[in-house]
Amino acid sequence: MKIKLNLTPWLFLAPALVYFTIMVIYPIIGSVHISFHDWNGTQFKCSDGRDIKSLQENEFCRKIPDMKYVGFENYQRFFKKTPKDFNKIKKYWQKVFDPGDNKIGVPVLDQGIGLISTLTDGKKTKWPRLSIETKIILNTLKWLIFFPLAIPIGLGLALFLNQIGWFVKLSKSLIFFPFVISAAVIGFVFQFFYDPNGGLLSPIYEYLGWKDGIIGDKDKATYGIIAAAWYRQIGYCLIIYLAGLTSVNSEQIEAARMDGASGWKLFRYIVLPQLWPSTFVALVVTIIGALRTDSFDMTQIMTEGGPGRGASDVMSRFMFQKTLFDQDYGYGSSISVLLFMFMLIFIIAFIIRMYYQDENLR
Amino acid sequence: MFPVPIEKTTKTNRIIYYSSVALVLLLWLIPLMIITLAAFKTADQLNAGGRGFVLPDPFTLTAFKRTLTNEPFMASILNSFMVVIPVTIISISLATMAGYALSKFRFRGMMIIFAIFVGGNFIPYQVLMIPVLRLTQDIGIWNTKYAIILFHGAFQAGFCVFFMRNFISQIPNELLESARVDGATEFEIFYKIVLPLVRPAMAALAVLIFSFVWNDFFWSLILSPISPSGMLAPAGLATIIKGRFYNEYNVMAVGSILVALPPVVLFFLLQKQFISGLTMGATKG
Repeated sequence: MKIKLNLTPWLFLAPALVYFTIMVIYPIIGSVHISFHDWNGTQFKCSDGRDIKSLQENEFCRKIPDMKYVGFENYQRFFKKTPKDFNKIKKYWQKVFDPGDNKIGVPVLDQGIGLISTLTDGKKTKWPRLSIETKIILNTLKWLIFFPLAIPIGLGLALFLNQIGWFVKLSKSLIFFPFVISAAVIGFVFQFFYDPNGGLLSPIYEYLGWKDGIIGDKDKATYGIIAAAWYRQIGYCLIIYLAGLTSVNSEQIEAARMDGASGWKLFRYIVLPQLWPSTFVALVVTIIGALRTDSFDMTQIMTEGGPGRGASDVMSRFMFQKTLFDQDYGYGSSISVLLFMFMLIFIIAFIIRMYYQDENLR
Repeated sequence: MFPVPIEKTTKTNRIIYYSSVALVLLLWLIPLMIITLAAFKTADQLNAGGRGFVLPDPFTLTAFKRTLTNEPFMASILNSFMVVIPVTIISISLATMAGYALSKFRFRGMMIIFAIFVGGNFIPYQVLMIPVLRLTQDIGIWNTKYAIILFHGAFQAGFCVFFMRNFISQIPNELLESARVDGATEFEIFYKIVLPLVRPAMAALAVLIFSFVWNDFFWSLILSPISPSGMLAPAGLATIIKGRFYNEYNVMAVGSILVALPPVVLFFLLQKQFISGLTMGATKG
């Protein structure tokens, strides 16, 4: 290529790059800055030091937030109660596994991080009272662990539906299409589906003795919301894996079949490794959902973080609540920065992979 | 093909297979079926325990009438269209240019710039929330649809650049080189050669961006929380319909259906474009 072309790519790039940097990249720095301050979101001062209240009618100044520098205080605040709560949880598990006397702890799916012990005499070992921050950290972890189960479920469905014919094709579309529906709508649909007052699941709740249903119960709410969020994510994973399956090398499969491989072995050693690109994309997108969109949308619409104080709240929603409703902008920012730092691991992994995959970039 | 094509197996197997597909499908659609049924029921029936798999009794269209005549909610739906269309145009046109620059030219910093666009896609919205909110307040467009257009136009451009760069790099270089030899300027090459070739990619992107922006809930709550002519339809459902008709599940069901309908219709009409856009990057090694 000729030298004179040098400016051309920059002219094509400039509009998108400038606009994207202002709206998406620069705000990250802004949030990091606010996270080291205490600010209620409503106090401003003039950028040149004049008092904003003493300005005359015809005087103007550039308004900047009037914030107090607090260093790492906001971050410390978020983790302040973690060690204490961690001890409480440790004690709880010790009690579950060593209830003393001759009572044996019987773990049943119910409470806490998923399990609770019922002692043989019917007394429950109680899940400790935790601070709201710890609840939110645990709930975010639940999202990170359980939401990605949509990936194996989607893979299973993809293997099940990887056939031809109009009926199978229609089934694929119908299983996928909830993905194009807003999470807010799916949230409402499941709120209705889970409804304990005359809803479809009422007889089951009655049988199990769950009088508040699923999302009305503080121990089950998070799981209920995650299961509802699967409804969209499974469809997405299904489509990603179906696309992956079309590009699996069929000669290799035939060769392996000749060698007598079939079923699980064929899947595990020939098909699954070739599906890795699909798995990677599904994983990254699912983690984003768990940290950013799905967890926020579904929790906001289904429980607003409740029932009670933060029973199903997650970092993505708690930050929104703290900032806009409790006007604690600095604290809210620090939580969002923590979310960002965690996501950065996946962002970097994605970019590095893309770099090595695409020879045009090197 | 993996697993074994079902046509190659016994007849019994086929019958078992197709009936199990039908069963999975039926179970899968239950939540959507009961909400559709609820849309045709009366509030009385729903509140008297008829929320499950029972037919509407009496069958009524009252909920539709009540929803369609709710002006603020209908304003939010109309507004969604007013937001989605400019966002799609802005983000796709900027991204096509940027994608061309990033795929057909080699220059210093190219990798970093591409990484910024791709990485920008994965940034948690929460970390952008306060500065973007402040920016829209400063320039006086907060609580209007322009705030949402301004943000999404930029944010969606990130995904579009990723998509467009990968698509344009498949255009053979010889095509552009021969035009250059013929004396075409860079802008002529872009306009006359690249643009016609990327039309399928633009269609795929338009469908995706439409559904991404239509379904946005977070930014609508942040940037336009109050004004119905500023918020998007999902937020309209959550704030207007859920706030006003909290004990009328039939109205909420109709509201949900109305919010869900445009992207669903678009998906079934343009399924191929939708899926080709969504699965890009998931197939190649």
